[in-house]
Amino acid sequence: MTNTPLVAGGPSKRSLWPFIHFVPRQTHFNFVGLAPYAAVLSVLLVVASAASLALHGAKPVNFGVDFIGGTKMEVSTPGPTPLAAIRADLASMGVDDAQVQGIGAAGAAIQFSAVTGQSPDAAPAFVQGKLQSAIPGLKVTGVSEVGAKVSGELIWGGIGALGVALLLTLIYIWFRFQLQFGFGAILALAHDIILTIGFLSITRIEVSMTSIAALLTVIGYSMNEKVISFDRLRENLRKYKTTPLAEVINLSENERLSRTIITGTTALLALSGSIFNPASALFSLTATMAFGILVGTYSSIYVALPVILVWGVKRDDEEAQAIKLGPGSRAR
Amino acid sequence: MLALSRWKIILVLGSLIFGILFSLPNLLPDSVLAQWPGFLPHQRLNLGLDLQGGSSLLYEVDTAALTQERLNDLSAEATQELHDAQVTFHGLASTGGAVTLTIDNKAQIDTAASGLAKVGGTTTSGREVLVAHDDAGNFRLTMTPTAVQQETRNAVLQSIEIIRRRIDLLGTKEPDIRQQGTDRIAIEAPGESDPQKLKDVVGQTAKLTFQLVDESAPATDASTVVPPDDVVLPYQETIGGGAPRFITVKRRVAVDGGMLTHAQMGFNPQTNEPVVEFRLNGAGARRFGDITTQNVGHPFAIILDNKVISAPNIQSPILGGQGEITGNFTTDSATQLSLLLNSGALPAPLKVIQQNTVGADLGADAVRAGVIGLAIGAGLIFGFIILAYGLFGVFAAMALIVNLFMMFGALSMTQATLTLPGIAGLILTMAVAVDANVLIYERMRDEANSGRPAMAAADHGYQRAMSSIFDANVTTMISALIMFSFGVGPVKGFAWTLSIGVLTSVFSAILVTQLLIGWWFRVTRAKTLPIA
Repeated sequence: MTNTPLVAGGPSKRSLWPFIHFVPRQTHFNFVGLAPYAAVLSVLLVVASAASLALHGAKPVNFGVDFIGGTKMEVSTPGPTPLAAIRADLASMGVDDAQVQGIGAAGAAIQFSAVTGQSPDAAPAFVQGKLQSAIPGLKVTGVSEVGAKVSGELIWGGIGALGVALLLTLIYIWFRFQLQFGFGAILALAHDIILTIGFLSITRIEVSMTSIAALLTVIGYSMNEKVISFDRLRENLRKYKTTPLAEVINLSENERLSRTIITGTTALLALSGSIFNPASALFSLTATMAFGILVGTYSSIYVALPVILVWGVKRDDEEAQAIKLGPGSRAR
Repeated sequence: MLALSRWKIILVLGSLIFGILFSLPNLLPDSVLAQWPGFLPHQRLNLGLDLQGGSSLLYEVDTAALTQERLNDLSAEATQELHDAQVTFHGLASTGGAVTLTIDNKAQIDTAASGLAKVGGTTTSGREVLVAHDDAGNFRLTMTPTAVQQETRNAVLQSIEIIRRRIDLLGTKEPDIRQQGTDRIAIEAPGESDPQKLKDVVGQTAKLTFQLVDESAPATDASTVVPPDDVVLPYQETIGGGAPRFITVKRRVAVDGGMLTHAQMGFNPQTNEPVVEFRLNGAGARRFGDITTQNVGHPFAIILDNKVISAPNIQSPILGGQGEITGNFTTDSATQLSLLLNSGALPAPLKVIQQNTVGADLGADAVRAGVIGLAIGAGLIFGFIILAYGLFGVFAAMALIVNLFMMFGALSMTQATLTLPGIAGLILTMAVAVDANVLIYERMRDEANSGRPAMAAADHGYQRAMSSIFDANVTTMISALIMFSFGVGPVKGFAWTLSIGVLTSVFSAILVTQLLIGWWFRVTRAKTLPIA
């Protein structure tokens, strides 16, 4: 078989395709060298997230009607209900997180939590008046207060489940790697969760049921990154027993750099189908996930590994020297 | 690892065929699916409430009615206890959250107190009932807060069971029924666009009783004064409307719905009208026999939720424990009543707190946006991975296609409900599936660059990537399973698709590409890797 020019050339005569030929075989980035700056950046980002949550006071993130309840208004129209027009009208009159759901052909249910510039009591009448003038023939058939779809129990149940899942993951990592790897992973996950919630807070993306799924996806992806990174580190720790830990980390991260880039790009591409369409029902979901993928990739290198670096690892049966990062780092 | 063993080929081909067969019903139009041979799978993806539309209802258990009912029982018990202790009393009432009464002889206060102390059961923290009295012989029995809570909790759990039975009998697929807060029940039924049908079945208490009619005190309206052991009840609304009719019945329940063993829709042989046929258990049959024997020629009221369905005259004693309920039934309403009677009465009335109807239109929008988004995403992944890894990228893309078929096949087969969060799980799965191949290929590159011959490098690539892939997927699987068992709602849907995805992606990313690369080596006898 000779119809495989890819093979014929060999490494010395690189063809244009596949692109992987352009990825250098070995890179020598000093990942660890950047760690102190990254630590500052991480702290700043965490503080910024916390500040945004605190500054927004009663509404740290933009909770949708799923979480805080609101007003439900049922409308009917003489012909087919123009759902898109109603959505546009609601947005233009400053209605927060409006949900418009079609009921049959000639009706819709509108749910919203608040209207900018209107008191809670005046809001339903205001929306009703505006809608009736905007869409001729529209009738409001019912207005009622609705409670939150997500109860405290559901939230705490979810957090509980997540807590148990993380604990078991920690135990698994402890069993497969070392305890400090587990703590590195948990700290990095906490970092990712705080930053993602901060992202939701700053962007004011509506937080709905699907945001929970987005957050879980971020955690899932981030955990995957950590384990892959640990795996390579463990392997190199066995291979280079006397090399300082910082160098082994640098080596491991350089070795898996092309994988990190290709997988990250792939994951972002998977989301890109929905992310450029703000009207899509998946927009807030994918925007959050994309942010989480970036943060998760970053935190694998700059949160999970530095924790291990500062703490030191067991190499064979001897405690390794912890690396002195500067004042304040832990020395043995 | 690249050896083309027979079991590997069979496994991969078998899984592919399985995936395609079970995914296919989703791609075929209804008309084709209808003619599909019976042995082929017919199930389509079970889209959740958010994607397909449906109804979501939130009910609250009427705790006031529940407490009142319990107080009525307690007042009957109190009467019995005082009667046993030979204490006479007057002014028995069970209103305002307490049973109150006054004994006639103040000297009997202690006797009465010790008798009344036996009223009610026990709770986790002591007696169910608190008895208080003053020197004048006024007694007051109240339920403790713990007792009320316990009663409510039991009522909610029991109601959930009964509702589940009712909805299952109705044939709605995969209803999600759960307790919310202390006294609320949330019901979600995907694909149920008409919540009225659901509400008819869920919201009805369905408390059936048979009570004798007091012909000596005919009632003209609800306020007719009747003897104390009688009660005036309205007839059920008739289809034609007309003035509401009332009837006086004895308070004493002759036979109640709890004694029913089975009910079904049938037709009256004479009039050919739809009726509900029922069968009573032993105790019920005996009581029914006794009462019908003693009251031949007199009317007997059949009452559902305090409304009289009908009050036919007893023609002859009914001894076999079988009978039929006549009324203004249609075949539908008779079927529905039998369904309700079969599933049992709710312990307390339910109030609708919130009702959401998601129109199928929005559902279709969301599904379309999701499908287009996923398709574009998948297309870009294919393009990128092929650009990056050339021929091996094509193999990875093929593995991804097998993975998609297997995933949709498994989701259709298990009839798991796919929701928007589930789609998030699918996206994550696709990313992780590609990651497995990227890990393998990167290892192959390392091995080839360190001087191994092509085939050995490829083989080692699989072996050495395995540990990473294993650890990464085990951690994901642990999280997914925990979230599936303990989580609720969106967490659960996400966890389920993720679990399925982890299994199928590991399988396809490793085995499918192994097979393809193995074949490729056999055909080309290549000496270098295209990705090296």
